[in-house]
Amino acid sequence: MPIIVVEVMPKAEILDPQGKAVVGALHRLGKDKFSDVRIGKRFELTVEGLVDEEMLAEVREIAEDMLANTVIEDVVYVGEVR
Amino acid sequence: MTSRIGVITFPGSLDDRDAQRAVRLVGAEPVALWHGDHDLHGVDAVVLPGGFSYGDYLRAGAIASHAPIMAEVIEAAERGVPVLGICNGFQMLAEARLLPGAHTRNAHQQFIRRDQKLRVENASTAWTNEFAEGDEIVIPLKNADGRFVADEQTIARIEGNGQVVFRYVDVNPNGSMNDIAGVSNERGNVVGLMPHPEHATEPGFGPDTRDAMRSGTDGLRFFTSALAALLSR
Repeated sequence: MPIIVVEVMPKAEILDPQGKAVVGALHRLGKDKFSDVRIGKRFELTVEGLVDEEMLAEVREIAEDMLANTVIEDVVYVGEVR
Repeated sequence: MTSRIGVITFPGSLDDRDAQRAVRLVGAEPVALWHGDHDLHGVDAVVLPGGFSYGDYLRAGAIASHAPIMAEVIEAAERGVPVLGICNGFQMLAEARLLPGAHTRNAHQQFIRRDQKLRVENASTAWTNEFAEGDEIVIPLKNADGRFVADEQTIARIEGNGQVVFRYVDVNPNGSMNDIAGVSNERGNVVGLMPHPEHATEPGFGPDTRDAMRSGTDGLRFFTSALAALLSR
């Protein structure tokens, strides 16, 4: 069955403590060319039936209403897994 | 007639019984409500209690904010019914967009539990009218996702409208913007805060005070405020 991917990232102005912890660890390993790390979420929605524009529109709506909180996060990608 | 205050239990609620007890201590009748019902049983006010509904999966309060009973909570809030969200309940009200802002992981990444001093910034809401503006109170705080955030315009708007109801004093325990501990909607009937008034309602079980250990009962006035608000309607 087809899978639709939704990717959500914290907004740029929101502190991302998880990413801060990871970039700190990278620097301790000497990987200091990486100046920032931000951590987001990837959702995989398995659907029955064809993935058409209508289906993607529905998933975009779900993404904005529930999967992301648009006060603090952006939906950065919605699309079918190839 | 005795006021009836509903306390909604969600899967993963922890402090629903404590909230019911606080309601009883101020002489009102607590009514246990269930997240899966489409029925507020005609209560006069509603409390969304603390806990970790749905394991805080997705985001704290996010899944609970879509629970069946939330349709009735939103409708009641719009009618002016007093609604209080404590901790996870505050997160639900923000996720449901009944309150401004959102919550993220504490800036220091740790779960925190402490007796927290707060300043009452707005003493005219349905849940704070028995306080005076500027009162300092101590009630327990315990959370992992308590960092209040909002965009600049929202912060400016809620500060200007007096919707910042409580501010952390001495210590900002989680990195909340402008030290915000609790907010209200514009009308002042919906209030949410991260610390727990229901855990400071009975001598022997509250925060320490200068007078005696565990004697703090600053949380009682949240509930007496709601009763006063109901009587004045």
